[in-house]
Amino acid sequence: MSENVNKANRTFTDRARDAVQSFGLPRMIIAVFLLVLFIAAPFVGADFWTQVTNLFNRFSWNAVLVLAMVPMVHSGCGLNFGLPLGIISGLLGATLSIEWGFTGLASFVMAVLIATPFALLFGVGYGWLLNKIKGGEMMIATYVGFSSVSFMCMMWLLLPYHKPDMVWGLAGKGLRTTISLEGYYAGVLSRFLQIQIGKLVIPTGALLVFALLAFLMWAFLHTKTGTAMTAVGSNPTFARAAGINIDRTRMLSVVMSTWLAAVGILMYEQGFGFIQLYMAPFNMALPAVSAILIGGASVNKASIANVIIGTILFQGIVTMTPTVMNSMIHMDISEVIRIIVSNGMILYALTRRTEATR
Amino acid sequence: MNAPLLELKNIKKDFFGNQVLTDINLTLNEGEVLGLVGENGAGKSTLMKILFGMNVIRDTGGYGGDVLLNGQKVNFASPFDALAAGIGMVHQEFSLIPGFSATENILLNREPQKKSVVSEVFGQRLNTLDRSAMRKGASDAIEKMGVEIDGEMVINDMPVGHKQFTEIARELSKEQLKLLILDEPTAVLTEREAAALLDSIRGMSSRGIAVIFITHRLQEILNVCDKVVVMRDGEIVKDVAAQETNVTEITRWMVGRSVNAAAASHREPPESDTVMSIRRLWVDMPGETVRDVSLDVRRGEILGIGGLAGQGKLGIPNGVMGLYQAGGTVTFEGKEIPLNAPRKCLDSQLAFVSEDRRGVGLLLDESLEWNIAFPAMQIQDKFLKPLLGGLIKWRDEKAIADVTKRYIDELQIRCTSSRQKAKELSGGNQQKVCLAKAFALEPQFLFVSEPTRGIDVGAKALVLEALKKFNRESGVTIVMISSELEELRQICDRIAIVSGGRIAGILPATDSSEDFGALMVSQVV
Repeated sequence: MSENVNKANRTFTDRARDAVQSFGLPRMIIAVFLLVLFIAAPFVGADFWTQVTNLFNRFSWNAVLVLAMVPMVHSGCGLNFGLPLGIISGLLGATLSIEWGFTGLASFVMAVLIATPFALLFGVGYGWLLNKIKGGEMMIATYVGFSSVSFMCMMWLLLPYHKPDMVWGLAGKGLRTTISLEGYYAGVLSRFLQIQIGKLVIPTGALLVFALLAFLMWAFLHTKTGTAMTAVGSNPTFARAAGINIDRTRMLSVVMSTWLAAVGILMYEQGFGFIQLYMAPFNMALPAVSAILIGGASVNKASIANVIIGTILFQGIVTMTPTVMNSMIHMDISEVIRIIVSNGMILYALTRRTEATR
Repeated sequence: MNAPLLELKNIKKDFFGNQVLTDINLTLNEGEVLGLVGENGAGKSTLMKILFGMNVIRDTGGYGGDVLLNGQKVNFASPFDALAAGIGMVHQEFSLIPGFSATENILLNREPQKKSVVSEVFGQRLNTLDRSAMRKGASDAIEKMGVEIDGEMVINDMPVGHKQFTEIARELSKEQLKLLILDEPTAVLTEREAAALLDSIRGMSSRGIAVIFITHRLQEILNVCDKVVVMRDGEIVKDVAAQETNVTEITRWMVGRSVNAAAASHREPPESDTVMSIRRLWVDMPGETVRDVSLDVRRGEILGIGGLAGQGKLGIPNGVMGLYQAGGTVTFEGKEIPLNAPRKCLDSQLAFVSEDRRGVGLLLDESLEWNIAFPAMQIQDKFLKPLLGGLIKWRDEKAIADVTKRYIDELQIRCTSSRQKAKELSGGNQQKVCLAKAFALEPQFLFVSEPTRGIDVGAKALVLEALKKFNRESGVTIVMISSELEELRQICDRIAIVSGGRIAGILPATDSSEDFGALMVSQVV
């Protein structure tokens, strides 16, 4: 009753303050900065609609990788710094699908299907490890990610791939660092139902696939098992006292996260148009972690909205800043700026880490 | 110089429009001991937070009114300022470093230091600690309290009472200490330790240190305080000298109505068959070890388990419910229940309300709805809608909201809505949520552990009444574990006393307190 009275008495500034509070001040600042960049873009000679298209593309490439963070955050395993492990499953799926001669959309579907058993296998092993070291997940996850990348650096050379599109030209064996997906699945999703208005191009298909995966994740979190997963992350002792098998729930979340990472990298490749092997997965985890943190997630709470907002803000800043700055000073230092901005955002995001009440 | 040590003038505080303190006026002289009492949520803690300059006050918009220290207006920006001004506070939750010794904890960051060659060169951050001076400083502080604590003992190894004393010693070791705030220091102490603490409070006051003493144990207030301040709903309703009042009066002021003191409505204990039998149970619960317990619980009764702290009474439910490593046999309804498997107990329609509300009992970051519905959802598939022919079990938000609202009404849980987060409720209301969670399971057998610990008189009566009603109307067998014998005698049919990890005896609740007292100390280890 008293609450209603308060609501009636609240002024506009109160409501504005609440809105800022629920959205979060850091997010507000980043969003305003991004807006300023968009407004500034046409004045310094960068085309506005090209920039918007760029943001749409970047979003569609990266969103699934960010979504992969959600299950492990919910089960209390923290942020999945071990994302490269899932990415490697995806890369195995991609390369095997091409090796076995699939092309076009079929090569994408097969890549997902082939990646799945790898993701399950790696996920179970990774989950088993994380269950052994509760409390130190994020540190160990980082090592798992990095060491798996290093191991695969050897394997990409040694595994018996033969497809001429993928192997080194002279030796005839060992995979190249970058493999073009032209003729395979480059753009198969983004070109599906693509909308083009002037210079604005919307990769509808890719966005729809992300929407589907995000919906499935949202739905999962509304089921009995999903509820249990959230409770395990919120207070494991409470969950155990309510008869939940904590280890199994955590394991499930790790497997889900690993599989989403595998699908995520395939989504990235189909947008980007290339498979990047060797050290490339190394640099995929931190941007995804940063994006979800900037989106407002904490170490044990994350929602689909966090994923979407975070990916837009992070990718927006990272792509827009170099373009606008470049056009402003008429000198090509975009790579330098890109590195400064993206690492700066990562650093900033990691300082924003918040944890739940115990 | 005749100004009182502390003066509060028209203190006001609201949390986002929710008035929690209105026009608080209070004076405190040097060496005076003030007892502050009030129900949970009456505003005691908020008032103390203002006094101690806690950040939470500033973050939520500051407060109205003035705080005067020795006649000077002060406004502490942080607890450090309050400490510098000579205010010390001992919190309900321990803030000690577990792996450090008592001495190290007492003098943390104020250690006497020795200069060395290295520190002369590189600055005083490289001074070494003067261990012998530290030992002396700490033992002086401990002596001031008039208790014996080993300064070299590591906090981890200490009984809970000694931890409390260590905290107080830390405050006492500060030279400039003028005012000490004790927030429910005796809640975790045994009676003998509490008595020692009260003695030390008297000692402090004789040395000119003023003390604000917050507790739910009213007799202690009368024993030690010069004056009593009673708060209710954010206002001071009474400010009297301690010798002019008594427990009944204070209770009446606190709750604003007369409380029926210990009106036990005893019934004939139901003569029925055994519903649960425990044989040779041992439980490895730190601080509450159960050594060898054999116990039969009758169908439909309320069995109390009492005993001194640390004797193992808490270990019994925790062991049976599989939360701590245990051995022995437990049979329920003729079937043996496997130990160390919480799920198996819950599946057999047992439920447990843990004494560790914040650790085990609640999802602090989630809504009341989740807290109340979660176990029933996970164990009995309640509040779920089957989709796609039962393939997907979808959370039924409406059913969850309904059941939560029902329990909010039934148990009078004070909250803004059923979606409020559990951590935002006061202790008594959190306890009611824990009960609601167990009730929602509709168990046949309920363990309730320390259901009234740290909650106020009003909430206590409500909780006990709810348990009684649950037992009478739903025919649920209840085993209630509590340190407060009087409370057990109020609602239980029989009371088992645990001593030294064993059952020392089981008596009807109507037996005299002396008989129970004798059992409690019979096998103490």
